[in-house]
Amino acid sequence: MEKTWNNKAWFMVLPVLLLVAFSAVIPLMTVVNYSVQDTFGNNEFFWAGTEWFEEVLSSSRFHDALLRTIAFSAIILAIEIPLGILIALTMPRKGWGVPVCLVLMSLPLLIPWNVVGTIWQLFGRTDIGLLGRMLTGLGIDYNYGRNPFDAWATIIVMDVWHWTSLVVLLCYAGLVSIPEAYYQAAKIDGASRWSVFRFIELPKMNRVLQIAILLRFMDSFMIYTEPFVVTGGGPGSATTFLSIDLVKTAVGQFDLGPAAAMSIIYFMIILLLSWVFFTVTTQAGEDRS
Amino acid sequence: MTLSWMAWTWPTAIFFITIFALLIGMGVWEYAVPGGSPRVGILRFETTRGDRLFVSLLGSAFICLFWLGLVGPSLWWALALCLGYALCVFRWV
Repeated sequence: MEKTWNNKAWFMVLPVLLLVAFSAVIPLMTVVNYSVQDTFGNNEFFWAGTEWFEEVLSSSRFHDALLRTIAFSAIILAIEIPLGILIALTMPRKGWGVPVCLVLMSLPLLIPWNVVGTIWQLFGRTDIGLLGRMLTGLGIDYNYGRNPFDAWATIIVMDVWHWTSLVVLLCYAGLVSIPEAYYQAAKIDGASRWSVFRFIELPKMNRVLQIAILLRFMDSFMIYTEPFVVTGGGPGSATTFLSIDLVKTAVGQFDLGPAAAMSIIYFMIILLLSWVFFTVTTQAGEDRS
Repeated sequence: MTLSWMAWTWPTAIFFITIFALLIGMGVWEYAVPGGSPRVGILRFETTRGDRLFVSLLGSAFICLFWLGLVGPSLWWALALCLGYALCVFRWV
């Protein structure tokens, strides 16, 4: 019987496999080893079994950090995805405005995370920052270092400023690939602007939106540098997301065992949510096409 | 060469050997029966046997975590539950 698949092609992925092994699999294996042991340095380890996992799972600090991270990702997605679509819809499709808009949209993406954090940390300061001074001048009691709501608002606005462009560029790529004939057909049928968006533009943007949602979810769920630079996880622990908590445990307290257990749980949550997102969005795309 | 830099222990070594043996087994299965045996199961979308292994492993990890959090530190019954779960996934998903 003739084989329908040529399995020799799998050897072509060997270089990638090796690269992933050294950059991801081997470090992950080390983390698994650490998660079941205790160490006091000097490369000496003592068997702890599942103790660290039990400790992390019953820790309110971990639960709170997880809830904060989920809330942050949900808020980010709820703002950035509709806003990104809206901006992409208003961008010009031809003429000199196209390169101008594209360059303007790309600029925030070119700035490194820690620089974005520093910009917003200074921008929001009530003594020298433009935003902080302005809000205080308007009579608003704004202080991201003291008020948890202000800290959250600052971090969310910062993330929206930094990353909405990515959603815009992806949506714009989806929009410009729609043939003009679709719009002409809609015009002949007398379709409203909403119908054009709902039945032409949105389905055509489906694939790029999936990528945008997945990228923004994974990125926001793992966010570390920007909130760490702006608030350091404070005030109190109001903006201590899972990643910040993890670094505090691993590097600040040097509790490698609990940090490793936390990393594995964190990794599993990301893996599960990404798989669910990917499966749901791909299936939805296949059902529609 | 010692592997002390990775802090190996026998339980973790057995864990990874099992995972790698599963992957090699899946490779051999794929060589013998190419195509991944795609089918639409109770999740109502197409899965290959690689997908089913992924769902089994990820689900098993969560079963063990829930067991640790809700029942206790002894994971033998959780392991039995994971095996049952994996069999169900390979049969019906």
